[in-house]
Amino acid sequence: MAKEYPVKIEAHNFNFHYGAKQALFNINLSIPERRVTAFIGPSGCGKSTFLRSMNRMNDLIDGTRVDGHMTIDGVDVYSKDVDVVTLRRRVGMVFQKSIPFPKSIYENITYGLTLNDKVTKTELDHIVESSLRKSALWEEVKDRLHHSAQGLSGGQQQRLCIARAVAINPEILLMDEPCSALDPISTGKVEELITELKDSYTIVLVTHNMQQAGRVSDYTGFFLMGSLIEFDRTRTLFTSPAKKETEDYITGRFG
Amino acid sequence: MILTSSQISTSRRLLGLFAVLIALTAAVAVLGVILGMISSFVANGGTSLSWSFLSEFPRNNNTEGGIWPALAGTTFLVLLMTILGVPIGTATAIYLTEFAKQDSWFARSVRFAVNTLAGVPSIVFGLFGVGFFIQFMGGGIDSWLGTSSFGDGSLLWSSATLAVLTLPVVIVSVEEALRAVPRDLREASLALGATRWQTIIKVVIPNAVTGILTGSILAVGRGAGEVAAILFVGVTYSSEVLPSNVTEKFMHLGYHLFVLSTQSPDVDKTLPLQYATTLVLLGLTFLLNLTAILIRSRLRKR
Repeated sequence: MAKEYPVKIEAHNFNFHYGAKQALFNINLSIPERRVTAFIGPSGCGKSTFLRSMNRMNDLIDGTRVDGHMTIDGVDVYSKDVDVVTLRRRVGMVFQKSIPFPKSIYENITYGLTLNDKVTKTELDHIVESSLRKSALWEEVKDRLHHSAQGLSGGQQQRLCIARAVAINPEILLMDEPCSALDPISTGKVEELITELKDSYTIVLVTHNMQQAGRVSDYTGFFLMGSLIEFDRTRTLFTSPAKKETEDYITGRFG
Repeated sequence: MILTSSQISTSRRLLGLFAVLIALTAAVAVLGVILGMISSFVANGGTSLSWSFLSEFPRNNNTEGGIWPALAGTTFLVLLMTILGVPIGTATAIYLTEFAKQDSWFARSVRFAVNTLAGVPSIVFGLFGVGFFIQFMGGGIDSWLGTSSFGDGSLLWSSATLAVLTLPVVIVSVEEALRAVPRDLREASLALGATRWQTIIKVVIPNAVTGILTGSILAVGRGAGEVAAILFVGVTYSSEVLPSNVTEKFMHLGYHLFVLSTQSPDVDKTLPLQYATTLVLLGLTFLLNLTAILIRSRLRKR
């Protein structure tokens, strides 16, 4: 699978436990570089857990445990010498709820940049503009960069969150149901954005919306009860799924 | 379906009415007692309350003059208490919410200690202050530095005792404020490559600052009215000067009231002074609570 493109992220016999409850069972897959890979499946199937394992966001939850391997560019992200802060700077994340910091638009974008490095004002201005342009928000907000980000609409807030993630120049963008709280027009804009961003970033997208997976992704994985049932080119998976469970799910006979 | 009231028997309706009546009476009674108290203090103390009462030292064995040193002493006490207690309380709350594993035995013991601390009678804190601060710490400092000013009751040790006493108030309210910061905000910050500390400093605390301030003011309110805890650790009967440094003794509004009403050679003569002092103490508490409310609503609007 996904042999046509270089592999960016690879899971090998990956298991995940919340305390005594196992949430992911023996996941094996390779995610191609600079493509959009979508995960679909019913609620609680483990797709978000799998996504959050890639930048170790699950570390924040008490009592979680992993075994197996999750590698990015061949390096296991769970190995002891990996610095989780550096990892998260390389693997950006956009969440389901667009939650800007209660600061100005400008400060939201520069938040990640000013954490560790000294960056000059000119550089910051430049990155703010380019990140906002990349997330198709520049024209809408260029006159009110120093106003509170909470005055933006829901769709604008989510694009701001994408700009905020893009600003620290990651290699991978993880998106956890980024459109589930947005209206169709905003959803359309974000989807357009995803398609544009995939030239520069490896994008992994979790979505409840199968049409969305069909529209924006190149590869799709179907999760069910903590297992990866099927992973293939999106078109193949949606038109001629190999597994009966996949077919049942995408034709609506399930869940 | 029949929806007329005849479905409910008369006795049950009467019982309901009766319950409402009792609840209402209780509420009115509480309000009445408070209003009665306040109006009695205002009526009896209002006449003695004047600028000179607030700004003069007491004279003639506390039977004449003003309460300036008590007012100033209470203010110093409360300020120093805040400086000593709020940072420690805030740090504890940060540890409990942000770092501790929620069900670890250490976090549980700290919580248990905090809850126990909140239920300890304040006179016990006073005794603790004598034993720990004055004798152990003060005595230790004195023998170490060769001084003699630390091993006795003082503004410093009173503030420290009150800081310990108000610690539970600070910890509980700051913890609540920190918990109210959405988890998503923390995750968003961490996902951008911030460390835990950076997340706490740049996102969590700025978003919890209302709660932290409110907690501090509530603690100050609690501390300002406390008398029993400072009885043995530095408060003084009467003073003709303000304390010039933290190792000196001080006067205090609440203790002054106790002195006026029980230790005075002529209690009847001091009655107007007692009422006026009470009025000032009440006013101070009211002002602090009002400030807390104003800060909260002001910050909530942002």
